[in-house]
Amino acid sequence: MFGYILKRLLATIPVLLIVAIFVFLLLRLTPGDPAAILAGDAATPAQLERIRDRLGLNDPLYIQFFTWFGQMLKGDLGTSLISNTDVVSMVADRLGPTINIAVMTIVISVLLAVPMGVIAAWRHRTWVDFLVMSFSVLGFSVPVFVIGYILIQIFAIELRWVPVQGYASPSDGVGAFFSRAILPSLTLATIYVALIARMTRASMLEVLGEDYVRTARAKGVRENVVLFRHALRNAAVPILTIIGTGFALLISGVVVTESVFNIPGIGRLTVDAILARDYPVIQAMILLTAGIYVLVNLLVDISYSFFDPRIRY
Amino acid sequence: MEFKSKDFTDKQRVLKIRRLKVGLTGRPAAQPVLNEIDLDIRAGETHCLVGESGSGKSVTSLATMGLLPKDALEVQGGLIDLEGFEITNATPNQMRELRARRIAMIFQEPMTALNPVLRVGEQIEEVLNMHTDLSQSEAKKRTLDIMEQVHLPDVERVYSAFPHQLSGGQRQRIMIAMALVLDPDLLIADEPTTALDVTTQLQILKLIAEMQERHGTAVLFITHDMGVVAEIADTVSVMQKGRIVERAPIRELLTNPQEDYTRKLLEAVPNLAPRPPRSEAAAEDVLTVDRLDKTYGGGGWFRKSEGVHAAQDVTFTIAAGRTLGIVGESGSGKSTVARCIMRLIDPTGGEVRVAGTEISQLSRRQLQPHRKHLQIVFQDPYRSLNPRWTVARSLCEGPINFGTSKDEAMTRAAELMELVDLPRDALDRYPHQFSGGQRQRIAIARAVAMQPDLLVADEAVSALDVSVQAQVLELLEDVQKRFGIAMLFITHDLRVAAQICDEVVVMQKGQVVEQGPAGAVLSDPRHPYTRSLIEAAPGRHWDFANFRALSGAPTAQGATA
Repeated sequence: MFGYILKRLLATIPVLLIVAIFVFLLLRLTPGDPAAILAGDAATPAQLERIRDRLGLNDPLYIQFFTWFGQMLKGDLGTSLISNTDVVSMVADRLGPTINIAVMTIVISVLLAVPMGVIAAWRHRTWVDFLVMSFSVLGFSVPVFVIGYILIQIFAIELRWVPVQGYASPSDGVGAFFSRAILPSLTLATIYVALIARMTRASMLEVLGEDYVRTARAKGVRENVVLFRHALRNAAVPILTIIGTGFALLISGVVVTESVFNIPGIGRLTVDAILARDYPVIQAMILLTAGIYVLVNLLVDISYSFFDPRIRY
Repeated sequence: MEFKSKDFTDKQRVLKIRRLKVGLTGRPAAQPVLNEIDLDIRAGETHCLVGESGSGKSVTSLATMGLLPKDALEVQGGLIDLEGFEITNATPNQMRELRARRIAMIFQEPMTALNPVLRVGEQIEEVLNMHTDLSQSEAKKRTLDIMEQVHLPDVERVYSAFPHQLSGGQRQRIMIAMALVLDPDLLIADEPTTALDVTTQLQILKLIAEMQERHGTAVLFITHDMGVVAEIADTVSVMQKGRIVERAPIRELLTNPQEDYTRKLLEAVPNLAPRPPRSEAAAEDVLTVDRLDKTYGGGGWFRKSEGVHAAQDVTFTIAAGRTLGIVGESGSGKSTVARCIMRLIDPTGGEVRVAGTEISQLSRRQLQPHRKHLQIVFQDPYRSLNPRWTVARSLCEGPINFGTSKDEAMTRAAELMELVDLPRDALDRYPHQFSGGQRQRIAIARAVAMQPDLLVADEAVSALDVSVQAQVLELLEDVQKRFGIAMLFITHDLRVAAQICDEVVVMQKGQVVEQGPAGAVLSDPRHPYTRSLIEAAPGRHWDFANFRALSGAPTAQGATA
């Protein structure tokens, strides 16, 4: 097991290297002189030269790459062209809110979706199943911002249970955090509830037809034990896969929700950076996203063997 | 042959089924699946339910367990009485209380019947946790005790094993332990040995008998295997199309069956005594296998792993018009040999000559023109035909690949349909519209369409009911006679081998332990393994087709007693 994890970690090196090369070339291969893009329209030739010098653009490409790569390994991704602050600390500041909301979203999604899917499969082709599937279609098709505004209208404006917008970190008080994080998490969760419930239902339907489920019933095992102890663990692998993918997508794709709820997370940072052509920040975001995907996939693969003893690495 | 002949009339009646009717859910007017079933089983008695697939054996057992799939089948009349308790109108909770405690069941496929993600010990213990107030340590003690009783080795270790780490026989022992841990009054065994090798089957049958003896359990045993019935039954009920057509004590049924259907069923059981040898015409060898070798694995980038020697030093020849059988248990390497000859997998050593060409080392491209010389029929007719292709398309694909014109291939396909005794209009239909036996006929027609020199039949009749099996074997012989095809017949069933093979090769753990003319090998086996196989064959002293004991039965003289 330990050997497997080590092997998987080593295998991430080429993946991240390819991403790094791509990220490096992003700035260098942009049409025109990067320095001119960076300096803007009103720059003087002297300013351009200074920027070229600072970025090392007068060196050959491979030297530039190694210099940049060496700095990256030391945790230096340059400074923002707009705010002139260190990119790594900028991203780090924004990462907290995004991850907190993503975790809360996934927890809510799993807690709602897995029982929904299990019960829908158990009561296959009844009104319960129909209800769950209808909700699932709805969750897929209504845009995130619509759900967000509807929730704000009901819970923040009409009922005044929670603030409309904003963010508080858990260190500011658990109550403050939850009251602000709950609406964005619910909003984001709708689509994941739909996705995970559907996958759970499909996977459970397959497993409930298996011989060992019949055996469990023949033993006189209670129905809830049949469902959750015997069937769900066998149905777990596809569900875990979708949860993992969902989590990775959440971190990289929270732009709309963060805008609607005015949360200072990395989604908005990315959008702002793209609009302002803040290349160092964009580079950092791509590296971060790739890293998160690789890490989440590794965790999901390892978790398989926890649920299914036949999977051994 | 000794039959069981104990009288049970003074014993307590455990199960009483009367006029049981089971039909499609919500459609009481439709043809019922079970009709007017009457059944009695007394304490300590073994009642066998026999019949072909679809006759309603399993539905009877599931109805008794209250486990009918609700949205498909329902009880529409009659009663099922378990020692005074009426099962047909019990609540789900009452049924749950009953199961494992008073009525338990074991299933056919011990691999899929156990939960793959739970330790087997936990799965037995779960029964105790559900139905008793035993403490955790008492429950574990009881679990280990029942595991000892079913003769599992090293119970502490097996307790925490997962199903995939155990052998088929061990898994079935776990199932039996699970069913009997609460000492139920009635045990339903649904084809519990069908998926097992003969030697394992013998052990499991003995175990069930031993446990039955010890606990006085009534057993409802469902099987399609007349050999097994002859070994274990006190009473037999024969089912056909949802009805019980005949019921009799075992000796009476086997010596003097009253119903035509029972006769037909018994007459179809292949005889374990080899048929008289066919005259050996001087024909040339179609297939020569010389020191064939296949090792799986054994690669590895960093460490050289051992590898599995699946076939070792296999040598034999088959002449045109002759049949050679490879017999052995699962894992003996018989299918590996067949696949190497077909070049579905690549042998690691040795020679295979088909129709004069050495093919074991040819590349895929070089092999292409020789493919038509060798054709194969697989075990499972449900999965070996493309479900989205019409029969005509399946039959024509091969010949067209080898340059036959489309019209010619169609004409030939129509002829083949006649040859395998199917209507011509069957060509435009799809595989799911045929029964298992008919599909196997189509698979044979598909193979013969290529006009091969060698036909490999890999367990080609193992998935079929005995009566259908007999017809398909007849068809294979007919085809062989007509075209002079050499046949390699892979089977685990000695009865089938005795009836169709001229020569027999016995394999064990990848090695040939004995080979020679079928008559010699099967009636006078030299190797202890061959002897153990023959001895394990259930009902081996009985000639089912002629309703009498087998004269000159394959005795096991000098067997290790």
